[in-house]
Amino acid sequence: MSSAIEIAAAVQSGERSAIEVLEEHLGAISERESEVHAFNLVTTDQAIAAATAVDELVAKGGPLGPLAGVPVAIKDNLCTRGVATTCSSKILEGWVPPYDATVVTRLAAAGAIMVGKTNMDEFAMGSSTENSAFGPTRNPHDLSRVPGGSSGGSAAAVAAGFAPISLGSDTGGSIRQPAALCGVVGVKPTYGTVSRLGLIAFGSSLDQVGPFANSVAEAALVCEVIGGHDPGDSTSLPQAFPAVSEHLSDGVAGMRIGLITEMMGEGIAPDVAQRIRAAAEWLAAAGAEVEEVSVPAVAYGLSAYYLVAPAEASSNLSRYDGVRYGLRVDAPTTGEMMELTRTAGFGDEVKRRIMLGTYALSAGYYDAFYGTALKVRTLIRRDFDKAYERFDALLSPTSPTTAFSFGDKTADPMSMYLNDVCTIATNLAGHPAMSVPYGLGDDGMPVGAQVLAPALGEVAMFRVAAALEGSLS
Amino acid sequence: MTDPTSPERTDTPLSASERITTEQVAKVAKLARLRITDEELIRFTGQLGDVLEHAADLDLLNLEGVEPMAQPIPLANVFRKDVPGPILDRDEVLAVAPAAEDGFFRVPPVLGESE
Repeated sequence: MSSAIEIAAAVQSGERSAIEVLEEHLGAISERESEVHAFNLVTTDQAIAAATAVDELVAKGGPLGPLAGVPVAIKDNLCTRGVATTCSSKILEGWVPPYDATVVTRLAAAGAIMVGKTNMDEFAMGSSTENSAFGPTRNPHDLSRVPGGSSGGSAAAVAAGFAPISLGSDTGGSIRQPAALCGVVGVKPTYGTVSRLGLIAFGSSLDQVGPFANSVAEAALVCEVIGGHDPGDSTSLPQAFPAVSEHLSDGVAGMRIGLITEMMGEGIAPDVAQRIRAAAEWLAAAGAEVEEVSVPAVAYGLSAYYLVAPAEASSNLSRYDGVRYGLRVDAPTTGEMMELTRTAGFGDEVKRRIMLGTYALSAGYYDAFYGTALKVRTLIRRDFDKAYERFDALLSPTSPTTAFSFGDKTADPMSMYLNDVCTIATNLAGHPAMSVPYGLGDDGMPVGAQVLAPALGEVAMFRVAAALEGSLS
Repeated sequence: MTDPTSPERTDTPLSASERITTEQVAKVAKLARLRITDEELIRFTGQLGDVLEHAADLDLLNLEGVEPMAQPIPLANVFRKDVPGPILDRDEVLAVAPAAEDGFFRVPPVLGESE
């Protein structure tokens, strides 16, 4: 399978047609989708129409975008006009958005062809895609294991060759962790650099859209296409997305890179830690100054996150009440209708988080839980800032283990949450981070190295990621 | 000011069962408009208690004088110009609503007999 960059070049030059590229990917989907289940919906008809339109543009001599004819899979929490968007929840069954998310509009304008909506943990709450109301996605590298989550379908779609690129969303690691478990690149950009308009809200101060790809260069290109100011999102930063593509071959000579002490010890599988140490050694050999650095407050990230994110979710998900969209369970009064609708429509994990958030925000507990967590968020930001006075980028594992088996962690939600221990602090701080594949664990499954950077530090982050990728080829 | 990350105990951590009770979970479920069964009440109370027990590590932090951070970016009061622009098509929105009538969302009686 070709990369997104090769496909766009071939379509632009007329060497290949968008339809031919699309058919190749639809073929891959029909071959393996029944066992992987990356998609909630494959949008064959719309994709054929979009590819035909690109080919007509080619015939007319353009103008063609940087992703002309490139198939893309879209997480099912991004609104797509006229195409069902479910968040893998029964409560949104039957709903068809009347508008496109800004990132979807920008991909289409760049010539990308949406091939389908990808499976996810319900409302992006989970780390394995087992919380989907429509059944789990399987890891293309080993079907007995999870793909990670919550953007498991988007990660699996790229790993299985269903599309060279896909979009996910990352509230506490939901792009980076599945990227690591599926052996692909996944990017969580700086909060505010990619529009959230049309991203169905989970934790509004944490959510960020980002790409999956097989290479750092493809991920960089997608970030540049989807990023930049959007007047429709009041949390959108005014500037363009940092120009990362032009710096991918800059190398790491002279860069200062810190290996996060708190993410290399207890709770991290030895084979994963060993790969990350190898990554650190390689970066040092390539001319970077690499040192261990302590970022003490990240140890409290998990606790703060599981108060902040559910609090925001409990507020955001109050809109699903059977009145305006999706499921309605009929009842004699509106109050009962809302209660029955929410009870039937939400899965257990979503209910747990709504209740936890409602509790953390309730009178008498607000200061003790939500208020405390917001202060810890400040400490985390402060400790990162201190580290970034000495370092251009930081390094850690993305996930404490390689992909685990189905059912391993579903009975004990806390064990599932511990999977996010390396990724969560980034969202609380609003910083960027990405996962890049760095070899295999003892079980032969992919290990992801996480590269972290300060707010708007994407150039440094992508330089390190590109260098790590290059060291393996 | 003392180092906020020093493990200075300002409170004794509560155990999971002290952190949340079945009565509190039942109340929270009602506030969140969720009906839960007796089995769920016990299971959810245990699971929520586990999360809150883990969060007890926050009690070890000295947070005096630390400002809360509700969101990560320095933007405030972002307004658009007060000029008409394109809006969603009403018929398209109502077409996918559970029930609609005369251009409105339709719901069952708000003031019912039951309860």
